[in-house]
Amino acid sequence: MDINWANVFDWMILLKSFITGGIICIIGQILIDKTKLTPARILVIFVTTGAILGGLGIYQFLVDFAGAGATVPLTGFGFNLAKGAIEGVEQYGLIGAFTGGVKAAAGGIAAAVFFGYIASLISKPKMKKQ
Amino acid sequence: MEKLGSQTIKFNTPPTILECASIVGPKEAQGPLAKYFDQTLEDEFWGEKTWEKAESKIVKETVNTVISKAGIASSNIDCVFAGDLLNQCISSSFGLRELNIPFFGVFGACSTFVESMSLGAICIESFAKYVLCATSSHFCSAEKQFRFPLELGNQRPPSSQWTVTGSGATILSASGQGPYITYITPGKIIDMGIKDANNMGSAMAPAFIDTLITHFNDTGRSPSYYDAIISGDLGSIGKDIVIDIAKSKGFNIKNNYDDCGVLIFDKNSQDTHSGGSGCACSGTVFSGYLFKQLKEKKLKKILLIATGALMNSTSSQQGESIPGIAHAISIEI
Amino acid sequence: MEPLESKQTYQEYVDKKSPNSPILKNCFNAFWVGGLICTIGQVILNICKERGFDTQLSGTIVSIILIGLSAFLTGLNVFNKIGKFAGAGSLIPITGFANSIVSPAMEYKSEGYVMGVGGKMFTVAGPVLVFGISASIIVGIIYLIFHTQSVTLV
Repeated sequence: MDINWANVFDWMILLKSFITGGIICIIGQILIDKTKLTPARILVIFVTTGAILGGLGIYQFLVDFAGAGATVPLTGFGFNLAKGAIEGVEQYGLIGAFTGGVKAAAGGIAAAVFFGYIASLISKPKMKKQ
Repeated sequence: MEKLGSQTIKFNTPPTILECASIVGPKEAQGPLAKYFDQTLEDEFWGEKTWEKAESKIVKETVNTVISKAGIASSNIDCVFAGDLLNQCISSSFGLRELNIPFFGVFGACSTFVESMSLGAICIESFAKYVLCATSSHFCSAEKQFRFPLELGNQRPPSSQWTVTGSGATILSASGQGPYITYITPGKIIDMGIKDANNMGSAMAPAFIDTLITHFNDTGRSPSYYDAIISGDLGSIGKDIVIDIAKSKGFNIKNNYDDCGVLIFDKNSQDTHSGGSGCACSGTVFSGYLFKQLKEKKLKKILLIATGALMNSTSSQQGESIPGIAHAISIEI
Repeated sequence: MEPLESKQTYQEYVDKKSPNSPILKNCFNAFWVGGLICTIGQVILNICKERGFDTQLSGTIVSIILIGLSAFLTGLNVFNKIGKFAGAGSLIPITGFANSIVSPAMEYKSEGYVMGVGGKMFTVAGPVLVFGISASIIVGIIYLIFHTQSVTLV
């Protein structure tokens, strides 16, 4: 299969993705340093924000602009869930609201569970050396 | 034994601290006090399958070491006081289940070492010939129980402290050449409303101040009476706070005060943020470093005040503040 | 002001005494590590698109690869070092979600594979799924009410 590497390494797209992703992470870092929120709470805030912005149709603009810079952060995971739910509703009505979200995020969830299990089989936690 | 003032107990025939032993983990072995410990471990598992088992083994081996150093038969020991941080004190009870000595499990969070020694000293004054006191903590098992999985990629805030891996044990005796336990001042629970589990030093500092001042008022002593006043695990932030507040209350402890959590690690090169913590912090620093200083008469009078944060992960999830405690013990030779 | 006078004065005193996190340095590290992870994701996404996968599938492939990478690094005991350096830079991307599932799975292995690994796997990431999925269902229902009255309810 032919891959046009110039398209893959389109600097403008990569730069947009880098900067957008970086800025979303800075927001998270400010939350970590300025509040006493635990990592779990910060992840929850991001995923919920993503879902709400996705539902309002705002996050789609960010995804169109930044690509992976908007979908890779956890807000993108929330967006993906919300988008899936909306598409589910369009296809199946009420049931789609329940099935659509998880269906859209199924790959990520299943991968995390599976790889987590595999890692626990072959690896042991170690003490931080510093 | 008589009561002095509001909280202090004075021993008329002061018990001797016969012998001490300490075993520490790999990180403590890289710290400034490494050479004072009896044994340092190369890894945190010590050949065991889990950290909890490793911690039990550390207690067991430390207790065996102190018994053999003291040169007495374990059947002569009248009772053991021991405790740790894990739920229901399993490190102590599992580690010492084959010891065959009457056992009292003690919980005083990180103040357990001095609490055990206080209770042990009272036993010596009333009936016992030899009493064994031990305590332990383990960085990994404590993180697992109180905080997050080790492999979680989170950042520790600058006020956080590093749980000491290790165990300290001591044998108190009714007769001997000292160092002697002359006074104990058991502390009250003090809660000044600090909720941040990553800022234990600040949560425990008010309890330290309360016990310190009560001790001086009860005994009529002043800070300059002691060669060293040592707190358990207030860390560098707690240390700063108590020097400041003690001064405002008219007690200048700046010159002879230090903290086990500050002493055990090198803050800059070991990245331990505010310093060491855990039961083993005061346990190992006393058993390893301070006891040898007393024996060599480099220090003659010390006031050891171990501090504890009486919380668990459920209480902090429910938004409770952190009650602190501090027990003081005056040791002289 | 006497610090130990009341809980409030003591809290204010402690806040003044406690050092702040080096927020500028942390933000800088979070920015470039987070940005880099997203850029890696973008490269994978571009390759997928070149190969003719649709947007939805490409996004899923990106997630799976980044999650696999994060799980691998967690298993090698490396991810916590990256996390300590980068903070939100590795937490906020999907890598942090994967790490928060893999790390308790490894940690609780000592309590057995069923109740340890299986049971504790979601101690950190569970809330993310609970709130994320619940939010998506609510979004779906609201969408149903406002946009598709014509669609029959099942």
